[in-house]
Amino acid sequence: MDAVIRVENLTHTYSVGTPFEKTAIHNINVNFYPGELVAVIGHTGSGKSTFMQHMNGLLAPTSGHVYCDGEDIFATKEATRDVRFKVGLVFQYPEYQLFEETVYKDIAFGPKNMKLSADEIDERVREAAGFVGLSEELFERSPLELSGGQKRRIAIAGVIAMRPKVLILDEPTAGLDPGGCEGIIKNILDYRERTGSTVLLVTHSMDDAARIADRLVVFHEGSIAMDGTPDAVFSHPTELTAMGLDVPQAAAIAQALRERGVSLPQSIYTLEQLKAALVPLRKGEN
Amino acid sequence: MLKDITLGQYFPGDTIIHKLDPRTKLILVIVFIVALFLAVDWISYAFMFVVTALCVKVSTIKLKSILKGLKPLIFIIVFTGILNLFYTQGGTVLFDWWIFTISTAGIKRAFLMIVRIMLLITGTFLLTYTTSPIALTDGLEMLLNPLKKIKVPVHEMSMIMSMALRFIPTLIEETDKIMSAQKARGADFSTGKITERAKALLPLLVPLFVSSFRRADELAVAMESRCYHGGEGRTRMNALHMARRDYLAFLAGAIVLGGMIAMNIYGI
Ligand SMILES: Nc1ncnc2c1ncn2[C@@H]1O[C@H](COP(=O)(O)OP(=O)(O)OP(=O)(O)O)[C@@H](O)[C@H]1O
Ligand SMILES: [Mg+2]
Repeated sequence: MDAVIRVENLTHTYSVGTPFEKTAIHNINVNFYPGELVAVIGHTGSGKSTFMQHMNGLLAPTSGHVYCDGEDIFATKEATRDVRFKVGLVFQYPEYQLFEETVYKDIAFGPKNMKLSADEIDERVREAAGFVGLSEELFERSPLELSGGQKRRIAIAGVIAMRPKVLILDEPTAGLDPGGCEGIIKNILDYRERTGSTVLLVTHSMDDAARIADRLVVFHEGSIAMDGTPDAVFSHPTELTAMGLDVPQAAAIAQALRERGVSLPQSIYTLEQLKAALVPLRKGEN
Repeated sequence: MLKDITLGQYFPGDTIIHKLDPRTKLILVIVFIVALFLAVDWISYAFMFVVTALCVKVSTIKLKSILKGLKPLIFIIVFTGILNLFYTQGGTVLFDWWIFTISTAGIKRAFLMIVRIMLLITGTFLLTYTTSPIALTDGLEMLLNPLKKIKVPVHEMSMIMSMALRFIPTLIEETDKIMSAQKARGADFSTGKITERAKALLPLLVPLFVSSFRRADELAVAMESRCYHGGEGRTRMNALHMARRDYLAFLAGAIVLGGMIAMNIYGI
């Protein structure tokens, strides 16, 4: 299958030529395929956000290339602008970018910049609001007077409304309560199922990564240290710990049980798998 | 990136100039400016040049950083130079066309004026390059302390100033972030007519204002919960005090000023 996004030898250095020069990502090669849900994990400062901002042309590489649908997104100015609508990026703490008087207008900001017709914009706004579970009663409220979780949903809807082929979310659940986190993850899964778009999700939650991702990409000190199925990645707990990362709770519990002599299969990293492995054991004892 | 602009930037260091009390440095900069304006001719300018060069050398600030700071002011420097070049009369006329006359006196004066402005800027930059903004406002507050007697709110003013300085980098970072977020939704800040561009700033300014107010509010609450109640009876963690090097610096400043007064009287 052809990759939607192909990244070749991507390097980015901040503040080149000053005393504060800092290479945030270094020589990255990776492909993302249509319909994938990829979780990107990595320690704080490992370069995840820097990397993501290259995918829609917000940061220009110091060296290397990014191709979207086979086209170099930095080849021309037009290409860089077009890719903004193809690859939707939701920033960390996106609620601080809300600015319009009403929720409706804020969600419509992206589609309006795409120069769509009024009807088309209206359809997209309603659809996007539906995806993130925002009721239409909120449309005429000011986004500034809503709760943090609602603001976050509005910001995500604002990006979804552009109907991007690739949706990138940078820690969409940071700072929300468990219920809020669960809600947003569910919205993202729904969205992906209904539209078949590619989703890249930056997260610090190993449990979420294990539960929902088809593929994990692990960043470490500006490079990709591991890339594979959750199964493959979480079967290297020592390496992950060395990189300052955890394994999912279910995997940690399974490991602790194994050390106490319970015989469990190797690939356990979600709660469901743990349950499936433990329940038969209890029946066996009885 | 916005972050890369130098805004009276501080370069930490360990030289005698860095270690001088900020009050000393503030007073000496004033002495320096007065001395500079007393210069009249080649010798006195050369003397001030040597004094400035010596200070730069001792401070170990790179020449490159100083030149970088001069760059934004190049227009003013060139403008002053040209004005003096054409409007000074005397000496032999070298060039005369329409209203433009260039004389030897004009060339000399233009050159000296440019030197004066560059030395002036270098001298003040040396202050901000070698003194942290916090030390600078503290020094200023203590120097202006006597004004409290005539009800000037010196402490409040310096508190406002140091907070503003503290939040400049935060604000720049925030601007960068919001700009990126709006660009990700297709906002365009760099093309279009001037009215379009002004309108395009709205998605940047609104969130910036909102977050500034939120920050100000949070800061006020944080200060009050730590019992901040203004300057009355407040002591400092790092109290300023004059050391031997400060008295030596004052002595050096007095010598330079005396020398310049003498040269001014003799007109050299
Ligand atoms: N605008 C900037 N200027 C200079 N350096 C930066 C800038 N943004 C990030 N960096 C540096 O680049 C490195 C990577 O930062 P990045 O934000 O990509 O990390 P991250 O993996 O997203 O971290 P987190 O999990 O905390 O969000 C860090 O060391 C950071 O200090
Ligand atoms: Mg980040």
